[in-house]
Amino acid sequence: MIDQNAPRKGWMGLMAKAPEGRVAALLDQATQRPAFTWLRAPEVGTVMVRGRAGGTGAPFNIGEVTVTRCALTLPGGEIGHAYIQGRNKADAEAAALIDALMQTDAADALRRQVLDPLEAELTAHKAHRAARAAATKVDFFTMVRGED
Amino acid sequence: MYVAVKGGERAIRNAHAWLAEERRGDRSVAELSVAQIREQLSLAVNRVMAEGSLYDPDLAALAIKQARGDLIEAIFLIRAYRTTLPRFGASAPVDTGAMACDRRISATFKDLPGGQILGPTFDYTHRLLDFKLAAEGELPEAPAREASNEAVPHVTAFLNREGLIEDAPSDDTPPPDLTREPLELPAGRALRLQALTRADEGFTLSMAYSTQRGYARNHAFVGELRIGTVPVEVEIPELGFAIEIAEITVTECETVNQFKGSKTEPPQFTRGYGLVFGQTERKAISMALVDRALRWQELGEDNVGAPAQDAEFVLYHADNIQATGFLEHIKLPHYVDFQSELELVRKLRRDAGTDQCKVAAE
Repeated sequence: MIDQNAPRKGWMGLMAKAPEGRVAALLDQATQRPAFTWLRAPEVGTVMVRGRAGGTGAPFNIGEVTVTRCALTLPGGEIGHAYIQGRNKADAEAAALIDALMQTDAADALRRQVLDPLEAELTAHKAHRAARAAATKVDFFTMVRGED
Repeated sequence: MYVAVKGGERAIRNAHAWLAEERRGDRSVAELSVAQIREQLSLAVNRVMAEGSLYDPDLAALAIKQARGDLIEAIFLIRAYRTTLPRFGASAPVDTGAMACDRRISATFKDLPGGQILGPTFDYTHRLLDFKLAAEGELPEAPAREASNEAVPHVTAFLNREGLIEDAPSDDTPPPDLTREPLELPAGRALRLQALTRADEGFTLSMAYSTQRGYARNHAFVGELRIGTVPVEVEIPELGFAIEIAEITVTECETVNQFKGSKTEPPQFTRGYGLVFGQTERKAISMALVDRALRWQELGEDNVGAPAQDAEFVLYHADNIQATGFLEHIKLPHYVDFQSELELVRKLRRDAGTDQCKVAAE
């Protein structure tokens, strides 16, 4: 079964993890901001992060992470939500606007001008770290052993 | 009797003004920015996030600056700030098996799927002061190598296939939360793990070390230590589905412990577990050792009376904010308490003095 929410989950998650200021900057490069009404003005809070005992067992609480959320509606009725890491209200506003605009005709343009570049940057950042990690991978070689 | 006294406002105000000036230090030396602390003192930032129980590198860096580098004071600031924030929910448990690893080593298997990845470690350095760091200079770029995208499975998973290690079966019981309900005993493992992951690093290290030195010795091997990033996913009620809301760095340590079996368990390896915010490997290893020691009861082991087996002792003394709060309060005015003690001691001496006089007279 195809998860019909998958694309939206994808872009919301992408914007949640973007570096500070990046989502707002890309949005403003791409388009003029539409008028909107707040359903929930940006607010800073936390989410309790859980892990599992032994990696796979029963859940336990590790600690909280700061999150900013908001919700808004466009004149056409589209509702945009944002939950982003950190405490940047302007980024949350931009992420919610993009989430709403992705439900309009502007979706293709925003995909090209905002989401694709954001995804490319994230991938490049991950690749940069992965390549450094790979360079520290141990290649073992066995020395000549004593037993004849 | 409690007597309220007033006074000292001017002295306090001036003390705080001087504190600000001392924090700044010599003004001819450039001021530290929060971003510099976040980027260049990142292990201090990680410790403050882990023990402050709040993942936010900028806030932790700010707290370190404000606390003049006193990490417990910084943790105190973070704990206090955390209580002002509303909580939007709890995440799905992070999947550490899918971690993007910066570091992943095993002390039990040389060749393992995914390999031994050293990452940015102090291990194998000579611990000689590097005077080049005292001078400004260009830093050469670290070597890179093409990353294979092979999976990096948990080491315990392959021991598990042979049944040689106790299983950690999945379970979805919502865990208790000691930030909402006071910690009470007996504490289940979920509560103990929460207390340990935010526990003082020094205390946890010493407790873990005591088990290695023989107090409830349980022969721990580091089955696996991994550091890297995991996404944090939360179910959003207004959307009706889960989304990733953050990506965090965590350190995970799984110990594999020798176990001869007990009345209730077969001979097999047992496990200790550490999972801590940030790159915090000393803490994660310590946590795993202490977790394993505290599990004596559920594994049917003997209580040998070791400090690390005593859940009440460990859990009630592991929190550095509780500890420092109680410890440091004794420097605040206790004039009246002390006055009554003084009166008491004087009276006892007077009484003893009269007795002695009597003895001398006889």
